[in-house]
Amino acid sequence: MKKSVFISVILVVLFCTAGIVFAGKVVIKGSTTVLPIAQKTAEAFMKENPEVSISISGGGSGNGMKALIDKTTDIADSSRFIKDKEVKLAMEKGVYPVPFAVAYDCIVPVVHTSNPVKDISIDKLKDVYQGKIKNWKELGGDDRKVVVISRDTSSGTYEVWEDKVMKKERVYPGALLQASNGAVAQAVSKNKNAIGYIGVGYINKDVKPLTVNGIQGNPKTTLEGSYPISRALYMFTPGWPEGDVANFINYVLNPEKGQKLVEEVGFVPLY
Amino acid sequence: MINIRQFKDKWLHRLFFCIATASIAILVMISLFLFMEGLPIFQKVSVTDFIFGKYWYPTSDPPDFGIFPLIIGSIAVTVISAMMSIPLGVMTAIYLAEIASSKVREIVKPVVELLAALPSVVIGFFGMVVVAPFLQNILDVPTGLNLFNAALMLAFMSIPTICSISEDAIFSVPVALKEASLSLGATHWETIIRVILPASISGISTAVILGMSRAIGETMVVLMVAGGAAMIPTGIFDPVRPMPASIAAEMAEAPFRGDHYYALFATGIVLFLFTLMFNLIADHIANKYRQTGEASL
Amino acid sequence: MDAKADRNIAKKAAPYLRRKRVLTQTITFFFFRSAALINGLALIIILYFVISNGWRAINWTFLSQPPMDSMTKGGIFPCIVGTLALSIGALIFSFPIGVSSAIYLNEYARPGRVLRIIRLGINNLAGVPSVVFGLFGLAFFVIYLKLGVSLLAGALTLGVMNLPIVIGASEEALKGVPKSYREASLGLGATKLQTIFRVVLPAALPGILTGAILGIGRAAGETAPIMFTAAVFFSPRLPKSVFDEIMALPYHIYVLATAGTEIEKTRPLQYGTSLVLIALVLGINLVAIIYRSRLRRKR
Repeated sequence: MKKSVFISVILVVLFCTAGIVFAGKVVIKGSTTVLPIAQKTAEAFMKENPEVSISISGGGSGNGMKALIDKTTDIADSSRFIKDKEVKLAMEKGVYPVPFAVAYDCIVPVVHTSNPVKDISIDKLKDVYQGKIKNWKELGGDDRKVVVISRDTSSGTYEVWEDKVMKKERVYPGALLQASNGAVAQAVSKNKNAIGYIGVGYINKDVKPLTVNGIQGNPKTTLEGSYPISRALYMFTPGWPEGDVANFINYVLNPEKGQKLVEEVGFVPLY
Repeated sequence: MINIRQFKDKWLHRLFFCIATASIAILVMISLFLFMEGLPIFQKVSVTDFIFGKYWYPTSDPPDFGIFPLIIGSIAVTVISAMMSIPLGVMTAIYLAEIASSKVREIVKPVVELLAALPSVVIGFFGMVVVAPFLQNILDVPTGLNLFNAALMLAFMSIPTICSISEDAIFSVPVALKEASLSLGATHWETIIRVILPASISGISTAVILGMSRAIGETMVVLMVAGGAAMIPTGIFDPVRPMPASIAAEMAEAPFRGDHYYALFATGIVLFLFTLMFNLIADHIANKYRQTGEASL
Repeated sequence: MDAKADRNIAKKAAPYLRRKRVLTQTITFFFFRSAALINGLALIIILYFVISNGWRAINWTFLSQPPMDSMTKGGIFPCIVGTLALSIGALIFSFPIGVSSAIYLNEYARPGRVLRIIRLGINNLAGVPSVVFGLFGLAFFVIYLKLGVSLLAGALTLGVMNLPIVIGASEEALKGVPKSYREASLGLGATKLQTIFRVVLPAALPGILTGAILGIGRAAGETAPIMFTAAVFFSPRLPKSVFDEIMALPYHIYVLATAGTEIEKTRPLQYGTSLVLIALVLGINLVAIIYRSRLRRKR
């Protein structure tokens, strides 16, 4: 008993001091919308460049921005543009954020697959999220209570929704706040009464997308700008990127490499 | 020779003393850092507005930092889980200490202790993936991620605490008391309820309070299961957002030493004070009304 | 006269009353048995769901490979390593401080106000919520001591959390060493220090180790303290130093279930990870419990 504890202690110590190999290291933090893009491109990039090690965290665009300002990340994924407040804070700390648009996205309202409602207007969407419309029958659906699912405050997706749908007014307190696009999709797929919103890359067979003002959210309408809730997805770097970070960003922007993966994940490539 | 040894002895005594005060020191440091990082918010929001404000919109422009719905969420979840865990926990404790045969005891006691060892994230996961759909489909509630679900899962986490501490308390009631009651003709049950329980009431109260303290402070379960809506619940199946859930969910995105950051630490202060209060009460009861034996950690 | 009549009635009523009281007892005891049964069932239900949904995901690849393909394939090896590193790291910090504190409390301290305050401190530390430890770890270890989000910060935070457990178990072990041992040693001329290190500690070591093992089990299962201090969503390589971020089993379950990119697809992996974590934690606890009951029986 004593011996094995002793041995494990030695092992851990050896482990910890076993040389800090100077491999390239890139830290990415931020938006859960951009996360699938970051993950897929990171995996492919690391296959081509095995000496580089990329670690990824989600948590929301707010997380990414904060990490950028606090200098704890090399790349901040964000599904919204940087806020004025954040720019100010960054300047105060000597960080000059540089944006790179890596993809386009549209935010699509989704409901349970059994929900008969197919379309909703932007104004009605706003009313639902303010708690003014409480029953699906007001929208032409069944007689069921509307369960509103929204995103946490750290979410860039939420910020864009607040801007384009809520017109800067607040979502009502009774909305269930989920931590990620994936969690919203999951919650909606399991709840017949629910409505939520997710990036187009997260749409799967378990949820039913609604058209907004009669327009469907897809690559064409996003690039055209006819779909009302579309946006660019960004990766921010503190200052102009160099070295491995620059290589990675170039990889993501490359139409043959990164952008193809963007399309695979379900988002809209830049070109 | 002896002087050197005594010298060493004395200094090591002092060293051990210093190390032993580490726990107090850490507690003080926790309070210190919480206050250091949390107090600045009160330059922007008054204490009453913070604690009793009804709207928690920390990232709006202008932000609202009222944690009243969060506090109510915490209290509601704790009270409802206590309603489930106290009867179950105390009854199981009585069962283990008095009624069960020793063979049954050997099996059931480790089972209850193992329940205590389950990681909170697994219980939260279970609540999210199994109990929530069950509630939605069978009971047709609007959402399975709600107050009741969280309270149920929290009950599972606090029952082992309540059960083992109560069981220890019941076990340590002097046998003489029990034998006297039985010899006077009381049934076993009457002995339990009229003699043993009153004698161990301080231990049981300690157990209950510690169990509730555990419930109010538990993070992962409420984060995954309570629903996340920062509103004051009107029914038992409403979603809520207890304090630990809010802190855990929002901490990573609050810019360092920004208002939201301070507000989250201030929420931590409120939570810490709640649990401190619970623990001090439990401690007080354990010491003052102690009838039998041991202070147990 | 009245007293005698009362006694007569009582004598005739006694058997009826007795039966009624025994019946009450049987009924209430039935409820109590059910309560215990519900407890047992809860554990069994949770274990059943996790095992039945998770065992399919367990294979050698799962246990020895890092996650691949947006986490839908591959395994959880970095998480296992991270969790073990965190728990052992936590023990490295809490073991010396905890055992020394227990030694002080049991061998040196005199009852009085100071002792009460220290005990109060330990009891209250035991009751602090895990998220508050996380906040403290963030403010103190990550930021103030500039350790950054790292294995070290996480291990320190978990170590602080573990302290009361180690102290409690060590004290119990020390109390169990018969007084005669100490008296014999002192009687032979040893100093108190020599007595402690050469007689009492070795005798109490099994109990102390039980506490240490329980501490590892608790640290392995905690999520909130490591959320802001050590864990990341995805790190493809194993940590090369204590200043690296790590993946950990409980955090992995949490992110896969709430923040992952393919929540439904990775569901079997979530169950599998839960199974591995439960197996790890319950295994550790079982070892400790069995060890402890064997010790108690010996005494």
